[in-house]
Amino acid sequence: MLRPFEIHEPATVTAASRLLAYYGDEAAVYAGGTELLPVMKEGLAHYPHLVNIKTIAGLESIAFHQGILRIGALATHRQIERSPVVRERLPLLGQVACGVANLRVRIAGTLGGNLCFAEPHSDPAAVLVASGATLVLARDAEERRVSAEAFFTGILQTVRLPDEILTGVEVPDPGPGVGAAYHRFALHERPIAGVAAVLAVHEGIITRACLVVGSVGPIPARIAEAEAGLIGQAPAGSVLSAAAEAAGRHADVLEDLYGSVDYKRHIVAVMARRALKEAAARGHVEAT
Amino acid sequence: MDERSEAPARRRIALVVNGNPVEAEIEPRELLLDFLRHRLGLMGAKRSCDVQVCGSCTVLLDGEPVSACCTLAYEARDRQVLTIEGLADAGRLHVLQEAFIEHAAVQCGFCTSGMILTSLELLREVPAPVPEQVRSHLKGNLCRCTGYRRIIDAVVDAGRRLAAEGASS
Ligand SMILES: Cc1cc2nc3c(=O)[nH]c(=O)nc-3n(C[C@H](O)[C@H](O)[C@H](O)COP(=O)(O)OP(=O)(O)OC[C@H]3O[C@@H](n4cnc5c(N)ncnc54)[C@H](O)[C@@H]3O)c2cc1C
Ligand code: FES
Ligand code: FES
Repeated sequence: MLRPFEIHEPATVTAASRLLAYYGDEAAVYAGGTELLPVMKEGLAHYPHLVNIKTIAGLESIAFHQGILRIGALATHRQIERSPVVRERLPLLGQVACGVANLRVRIAGTLGGNLCFAEPHSDPAAVLVASGATLVLARDAEERRVSAEAFFTGILQTVRLPDEILTGVEVPDPGPGVGAAYHRFALHERPIAGVAAVLAVHEGIITRACLVVGSVGPIPARIAEAEAGLIGQAPAGSVLSAAAEAAGRHADVLEDLYGSVDYKRHIVAVMARRALKEAAARGHVEAT
Repeated sequence: MDERSEAPARRRIALVVNGNPVEAEIEPRELLLDFLRHRLGLMGAKRSCDVQVCGSCTVLLDGEPVSACCTLAYEARDRQVLTIEGLADAGRLHVLQEAFIEHAAVQCGFCTSGMILTSLELLREVPAPVPEQVRSHLKGNLCRCTGYRRIIDAVVDAGRRLAAEGASS
């Protein structure tokens, strides 16, 4: 049973941020509640004040403008999965949203909640880091931008300040010749491992590579050793496989209920190989 | 600790449950599942896992499936809730319910209301789904008895029948 709490209904981001500042650690942002309510039900955390940001208009909107896809923090996985704008501009993100959790969690859960909770087993987090996304955080009437790569600092930890609201995520248009892919392995809802790959291929040579391993460690992280082996190479099977092996070897992996370190390293290498192959094929198609 | 000392204000909410307007005074912490079962006596939605993975507590909120075990009753304010009790039309079973009976897709029945309501949403969007679509839609609904085969058969069959009815009318 939940302990008693009050729900506040701010109409603006500024008002929400001020409520958070006023109540300090007695308050939490409440979006879909799919992470927050179970934690509170378990008694792992108690917030006498929930700040419902769903009463703020427009925070769920998805739009493409001047080369940037902007997804509001309140967009649910289901809305992202079905958005024609996402389908046109960043189809990978739509496909990934479609595989998150189960139908009910996708209907209630938001992208902002997924990112701010920073539970390590996140699909969109890995994809957004690989896509060079930027997170927009608002505090009182001020705004700052943080790269997705710099946002996550540890298990359930981010650079977000307690009175900051994530208002949206901005993803730059990948441009021509860029292919992106994400492969996850899951036995139940949350992924055991997820690997996102973004490759820029020009005239048969990989000019830019971003390989992000998520879910197995504390935060979604780029694997520099794998990326280094890709740049300047033709996207041949042997090159991609070697990079995938490097991803498995160098990923920061923790043992938990999802599996042992060795097991996860193996899965990462397999997912990385699949993601790289698909990204290379997509980059190739884009370029021609 | 005395919980009353921090008791926040109750709220009056108005909602529509199975087509009937309902007004109630709730506490913000009240879960939709408890509200439906204990206040309204609607026992169709069941509590099992309590963490959004089994689907036995599924109800439709404005036509969309949610886990009532992890949804605040507050979220249902000014909205429409459909539970399994509201599916039959004046005592006439819905095609999905008939199909579940005919295909023997029910054993203990604990998962059934969630299976049917989740499938109802699918059939509204995809008139005659193929088994693969049913399987992927029901991925978050667990059944510990039937082995799923009969459930999928029942939904596919109900979809076919509804599509045929739609085509002939
Ligand atoms: C059964 C289950 C399976 C899941 N499977 C997957 C999976 O396969 N892949 C995956 O990626 N994820 C998975 N998830 C996680 C899911 O994506 C998140 O639960 C959901 O997106 C959280 O969004 P929410 O709006 O419900 O967040 P809430 O529960 O409302 O909030 C979560 C946290 O973020 C804070 N917060 C929320 N929004 C903001 C904001 N805009 N600004 C600042 N702080 C904010 C809250 O204070 C809270 O601490 C799963 C979750 C469940 C319960
Ligand atoms: S009891 Fe709600 S999903 Fe299992
Ligand atoms: S019939 Fe018993 S759980 Fe499905």
